[in-house]
Amino acid sequence: MPIDPTTEVETADAASAPAAESPKPATREMLLNIGPAHPAMHGIVRIVTKLDGEQVKEVDVEIGYLHRGFEKMSEQVDYNGVMPYTDRLNYVSSFINNAGYCMAVEKLLGISVPLRCEYIRVIVSEISRIADHLTSVGATAMELGAFTVFLYMIKAREYLWDLLEQVTGARLTVSYCRVGGIKADLPDEFAAGCIAAFAKTREVIAESEGLLKRNRIFTDRMMGTGVISTEDAISYGITGPFLRATGCDYDVRKDCPYSVYDRLDFDVPVGTAGDNMDRFLVRMEEMEQSMRIVEAALKDLPDGAVMTHPGTGRHIPAAEMVDLGKVGNIGAIADGCAVPGPTLEGAGRERLHTISTDNKRVALPAKENVYGNIEGLMQQFKLIMHGHGIRAPEGEVYEAVEGANGELGFYVVSDGEPNAYRVRVRPPCFAIMSALPLLLVGDMVADIVPTFGSVNMIGGELDR
Amino acid sequence: MSGARLTESIGTRFPDAVITTHAYRGEETVVVRHEQLHAVAEFLKLDDDSKMNFLMDLAVVDYSMFGKSPPQAFFASSGVAVRPPARIPDKNPWPGPPGTERFAVVYHFFSTTHKHRLRMVVPVDETSAEVDTVCDLWAGANWLEREAWDMFGIVFRDHPDLRRLLMYDEFEGHPLRKDYPVRRRQPLIGPVN
Repeated sequence: MPIDPTTEVETADAASAPAAESPKPATREMLLNIGPAHPAMHGIVRIVTKLDGEQVKEVDVEIGYLHRGFEKMSEQVDYNGVMPYTDRLNYVSSFINNAGYCMAVEKLLGISVPLRCEYIRVIVSEISRIADHLTSVGATAMELGAFTVFLYMIKAREYLWDLLEQVTGARLTVSYCRVGGIKADLPDEFAAGCIAAFAKTREVIAESEGLLKRNRIFTDRMMGTGVISTEDAISYGITGPFLRATGCDYDVRKDCPYSVYDRLDFDVPVGTAGDNMDRFLVRMEEMEQSMRIVEAALKDLPDGAVMTHPGTGRHIPAAEMVDLGKVGNIGAIADGCAVPGPTLEGAGRERLHTISTDNKRVALPAKENVYGNIEGLMQQFKLIMHGHGIRAPEGEVYEAVEGANGELGFYVVSDGEPNAYRVRVRPPCFAIMSALPLLLVGDMVADIVPTFGSVNMIGGELDR
Repeated sequence: MSGARLTESIGTRFPDAVITTHAYRGEETVVVRHEQLHAVAEFLKLDDDSKMNFLMDLAVVDYSMFGKSPPQAFFASSGVAVRPPARIPDKNPWPGPPGTERFAVVYHFFSTTHKHRLRMVVPVDETSAEVDTVCDLWAGANWLEREAWDMFGIVFRDHPDLRRLLMYDEFEGHPLRKDYPVRRRQPLIGPVN
């Protein structure tokens, strides 16, 4: 119930305490407002607490400060146009949102994507997951005073973001997925770069673990605070590391395998106590498991058969190709390979079919085809121009992926128009935030910070 | 228990509650009358064969503009909807919106015991946009129902604390309804207290 600040503060225990005991000084309950402009609340959540001394008695959580109308906007633009909006749901691991949304729409369309694309999606998702966990653990540590660990972990995140930048061209809001595929193939030197980045990340994780795990201040504040039982967690719909820390091993990747997760070997770490410490340990172990997945996926990554090898095709700078195409000089570019600028790297004609579906009503054509022949131009037009776009059949689907915080679900309803009729997101940290009163009541004021940190509240997906 | 048998068992257990069932894209769906919503939900949670311990999601769909949106551009309607390849027969076609009612409250359940999912759709009319709460069965329904009230104006009977969740108290209307204009602006009002 909302806490009404106008009510008279009551004297606690004064009436209920037996008279025989030594008289306790009458205490007054205090109303404490935390956030939204409090650094630990990330500026977007307000927690109104009622305190008895230092103990939290009552909690009211107020969200919505970052509501941007994602679901409404998704109804206005075509299916691929939603991609940049999905980036901004969980902006720390934005690719997982991309992939989840694309998989939901693909299910609605009834199409599948090439195997190489599935593997690349898994690889990039897992790298995003590590980045997310690094941020979450690092921020929690910083809020408990371990600023060094935060800097170390952000340093490690930088290694991973460099990788993501090589692949996607962006660091944070990647918009890398497309309905029916992905934007571009992996760069050639990706595997080597990935192994090097993981080696450095592992070092950082080991270093941070050494700094935190046996740190008296850190463990004292994390152990036994923010405890939740498995039953309560399930009742609140909590998933992800938060649920696994209580001992339940539900992981969408294992229990409802999607993409190629059933072909990859990995473990699901679980905790026992369901407190902040266990969540921290589960996240630390999950980073290692994610790295295992990426390494195995890189090993199994199927080679994309190439139509014309870039080495043998005639090279034409992409901009020149555009100019030739615009004046209708098709003959000059018919067998050419575009030498792309950075925006088109890995999306050329020779590689696109290995990473994107061949369904012409869904996938964008290679740029060589757009400028080189009328079929490509029409295909592009029918997918890009205002009012056109992918037309999904009438229907409704729900697709769940394992986000960094838990089950990330997309429920998409289509009425056959180029834009979705309804897009609903099941944000994983929404469920955890709704359980926050249960987690906080009974703990000390100081415990709000580590508990809230372990929720890994991401305003973008919470408020949408 | 497979999803098909699950929808069947709901049908035999509550013959007058189930309007229809379908399994579009392999997702078992049962359309239930709103009067029996709570009884069916309770059955789904407690029955050994379904054991839906998770209420994963609660969504509302406003079907008032379904298939009626005006074309956005010239020749826009010349597009052809993507269909699955002919070699994959679409065994379970989607039967369309659940009814003539304006709203549909959509529950997504999941069971960690049986690892199965089920979608329960409850059609609700605009004039009596009221359904029973399931807060007593799943604690997570509290915020989900608050959001549904906030965004669509669906009233959940016996909900312990039905307030707006994402929008502020002074906000007028329910923004995800189809008749709420996208570009409508309202004054931003800070928290009262």
